[in-house]
Amino acid sequence: MNETVQPSFKPGDRVVVRKAWPLGHIRTPHYIRGRVGSIERVCGSFPMPEELAQQRSGLPAQPLYRVRFLQRDVWPDYQGRPDDALEVEIFQHWLERA
Amino acid sequence: MIERGHHDMGGLPAGKVERTEHDYADWERRVDALMVLLSGIRGGKKLMTVDELRKNVEAIGPDAYEQMSYYERWVTSITQTMIQRGVITTEELGRKMQEVQGRERNGAA
Repeated sequence: MNETVQPSFKPGDRVVVRKAWPLGHIRTPHYIRGRVGSIERVCGSFPMPEELAQQRSGLPAQPLYRVRFLQRDVWPDYQGRPDDALEVEIFQHWLERA
Repeated sequence: MIERGHHDMGGLPAGKVERTEHDYADWERRVDALMVLLSGIRGGKKLMTVDELRKNVEAIGPDAYEQMSYYERWVTSITQTMIQRGVITTEELGRKMQEVQGRERNGAA
């Protein structure tokens, strides 16, 4: 049995964070859901934290990405430089192609 | 539907960030050590994950969450996790807490 999900995205790909609010322990911050960014790097694959929090294995492991967002795309009233960026580590099952 | 957990406060207005270093009380160091031991990262049996720690920290009610210090949240979560996993029972916990309170009342160390 394959215990790791294959990466669907590569650096530079545009992605959107799923707008979902399931119960339980979620590592994807509220403020980043629904925002569009680009893959900065693949960080490896890890068991799903939502499942680990419930005493289960979290397998198959999900690829984790560092995703780069422009600050002005995250905060509507952002006053800083237009190219200021924010990077958030997000699991693949929270991402869709933008 | 709960859209946003109380702990998930990124982007909300907040007070000033405390930038000075502070020391930890002995009990706080013990709570940290307890988590290291229960996680099994230094060998031995793995009795909980950091994700369970987080889940049960996030399950603390908003008022209590605000009143508790960082390691108070941790020890609450660790205790809850040990009960959920059957490592201890609420009965055992209740009796032990009674015993400790009795010890404090009698002035023993």
